[in-house]
Amino acid sequence: MPDAPGLELIRGEIEAEHPGAVLDTGFSQERAVLSIDPAHVLAVLSLLRDAPGQGYRFLSSLHAADYLPAEPRFAVHYELLNRDRVERIRVKALLDDPAANGNEKALPEIDSCVEMFPTAEFQEREVFDFFGIVFNGHPDLRRILMPEDYVGWPQRRDFPVGGEPVTFTYNEKNYG
Amino acid sequence: MAEQLVSHRGELVEDRTSEVMTVNIGPHHPATHGVLRLVVDLEGEVVRDLKPVIGYVHTGIEKSCEDKSYWKVIPFVERMDYVSYFFQMEAFCGAVERLIELEIPERAKHLRVIFLELNRIHSHLVWLGTTALDLGAISMLWYCFRERDRILDLFEMATGQRMHTRYFQVGGVIEDIPRGFEQKLRSFIADMPVRVEQYQALLDRNEVFLSRTKNTGIVSRERLLELGVTGPLLRAAGEPWDLRKAFDYLAYPKFDFKIPVGTIGDNYDRYRVRVAEMVESVRIIEQALDGLPEGPFIADDRKYVLPPRSELSTSMESLIHHFKLVTEGYRVGPGEIYYAIESPRGELGCFVLADGSAKPARVHFRDPSFINLQAFKDMSTGSYIADMICSLGMLDPILGGVDR
Amino acid sequence: MRERQLRARDMLRGDLEGEELERYVEEKVVMTNFEKMLGWARSNSIFPLTFGLACCAIEAPISIVTARYDLARFGAEALRASPRQADMIILSGRVSIKMAPVVRRLYDQMLEPKWAISMGACSSSGGMFSNYAVVQGADKFMPIDLHIPGCPPRPEAVLYGFTKLQRKIQGNPDQGWRARYRAEGSEEWARGGPRSAPSGEAAEAYSAARELLRA
Repeated sequence: MPDAPGLELIRGEIEAEHPGAVLDTGFSQERAVLSIDPAHVLAVLSLLRDAPGQGYRFLSSLHAADYLPAEPRFAVHYELLNRDRVERIRVKALLDDPAANGNEKALPEIDSCVEMFPTAEFQEREVFDFFGIVFNGHPDLRRILMPEDYVGWPQRRDFPVGGEPVTFTYNEKNYG
Repeated sequence: MAEQLVSHRGELVEDRTSEVMTVNIGPHHPATHGVLRLVVDLEGEVVRDLKPVIGYVHTGIEKSCEDKSYWKVIPFVERMDYVSYFFQMEAFCGAVERLIELEIPERAKHLRVIFLELNRIHSHLVWLGTTALDLGAISMLWYCFRERDRILDLFEMATGQRMHTRYFQVGGVIEDIPRGFEQKLRSFIADMPVRVEQYQALLDRNEVFLSRTKNTGIVSRERLLELGVTGPLLRAAGEPWDLRKAFDYLAYPKFDFKIPVGTIGDNYDRYRVRVAEMVESVRIIEQALDGLPEGPFIADDRKYVLPPRSELSTSMESLIHHFKLVTEGYRVGPGEIYYAIESPRGELGCFVLADGSAKPARVHFRDPSFINLQAFKDMSTGSYIADMICSLGMLDPILGGVDR
Repeated sequence: MRERQLRARDMLRGDLEGEELERYVEEKVVMTNFEKMLGWARSNSIFPLTFGLACCAIEAPISIVTARYDLARFGAEALRASPRQADMIILSGRVSIKMAPVVRRLYDQMLEPKWAISMGACSSSGGMFSNYAVVQGADKFMPIDLHIPGCPPRPEAVLYGFTKLQRKIQGNPDQGWRARYRAEGSEEWARGGPRSAPSGEAAEAYSAARELLRA
């Protein structure tokens, strides 16, 4: 994994071209993490992929997490892999929840990286299906795992798990 | 068939030059691959476009896991990719072990490798049986499942369950292997290479099988890498990428094994790569069994691992630890991790977000079948529908993993 | 054995008379009624539908047709892919909310008489997945004839359930615990059922007990 000086060098490279993109760097369990501003996500990803020293050309996984009640609420994680040096780096794009500011139906938005990494097609659809994060520029953004007409974003923390309680005598309503 | 149907007076009745028919190969179909729905645009017999529709066995496992303490998550995540269940357990337990920085003992590492490789052979046997069944070589199913039953007997001997064994726990494995397991395992691995040769003898010179699988479903290596495909599909296309060799996890660095790599990446290469992987797995099991060290089979840290039952009647702290672990579960400090292993289908990654409580805040699996399914369209467009069925078999999707 | 051969020879020659003839006929001829014969024929020649949803599908229908747990010995080896030609559906695996209408449609497409086995915990009651995405029991949208518990049930358990289904088809359902504990008629039904509303004293006793629990 890129170690601390390596990570700072990467941050420096990115800051040189796109100031303000990188919000934070960190290490979590020996994995280098770059927290970035979602507006610059395509720039950062393309730099990590194409810049001669970097070469993180394989997107292992694209997933999101809901950090409620922490702010910013959502983060889209890009797990990048450099297969030549066998190194991983994680890019976190932190997103705020626009529904918290009053507009109930607003959904967080971020640019889609399908053109750079075609593997993201299904994965971005899954993130949209479960969190309601809209990817601008995705060719076919619709629900992938839930039924097409489902209402609600299941994987958000405030969505109930659902299911039925186990019925015993004391809570079975139409018993007897 | 005439391209344009013209009446006897010379008028155009029907223009058949491009008649694209959309066929729904619905969630229930004879190919035994689970509930995958394909909306296929066909022009005659040639596939022009293909859209997989998934989600028919979506179980909300990731959401359910947020509601359960860490050791209760293990049976849930097992049931995702229901043929290679030990791999999901390893991905999750490995991820949590990295988060809490717990070292597992050597014996546990060897045992985990043994069971993982047995499960790899099991998964490839199920694949071979059902794919050959799809392609018409029906008797392969019985032969493959004969070996599969022997593997399940081994699992049952060690863990009590044939499938979904809940054998790996954070810190090691839940129980040591019983007496007699080693002999039975050795007799199995002595027989296995002979059986693999028998399978190859059945299929390798079968004209129908060869002509259906050779030069069909070819996708280039670069395109597969772009699509994020890993596992035997990528290796069949010529890229020697295997996470067991790239990232040393568990006890794999100690063992000497080869990675089968194909040349052109057609369906025949995929078949050969998987069959060769079965033989390599047998070698790994043999080395793991020969080098199995004595020692504890689970870590010692009582904050995360249940104490042995014999101690419960003598030591008060053990009783308290047991109580806390069973009722509340152990707390995993705030942190997040992505841990990936090589499952029979590719890179299986587990993302765990822990927030300091006894329940994980997010568990997400990067499932290889889900990602590999994106390559299916590239494999089948422009080929016949029968080749599409062959590619579907060789793609080896397990819908439980695709849908989670 | 020799005696039987001699009697058979006499029968063929027409030499058997009177009482011997009566006894011979009783041994060789079965008297039954049409329903029983139909039930026997139907139960021993079931055509299951090749339908597998999730993990239980690896145990059945794939594993029970293999050589160790042979379904063919019960006459059910002809698995049919089309629901129109099948008469039994084994719901092997969790039924998600997206799949439920599909399963119902398949069940509707099957022709009478048809039976449904719900195999495993997930299709019987939602199993371990008590969440938004799994139908909590296939009972909610289609009639099920037999539930087989387990996660996944062993193939032997599936075959045991299959023999119980055969008995049910023959019109002779296995009473199970009712016979073992001599407890016919003592079932408690949550919804509906022949004695669903306990009457009189029993009802008062139940409501008194519930008040006690709540207090």
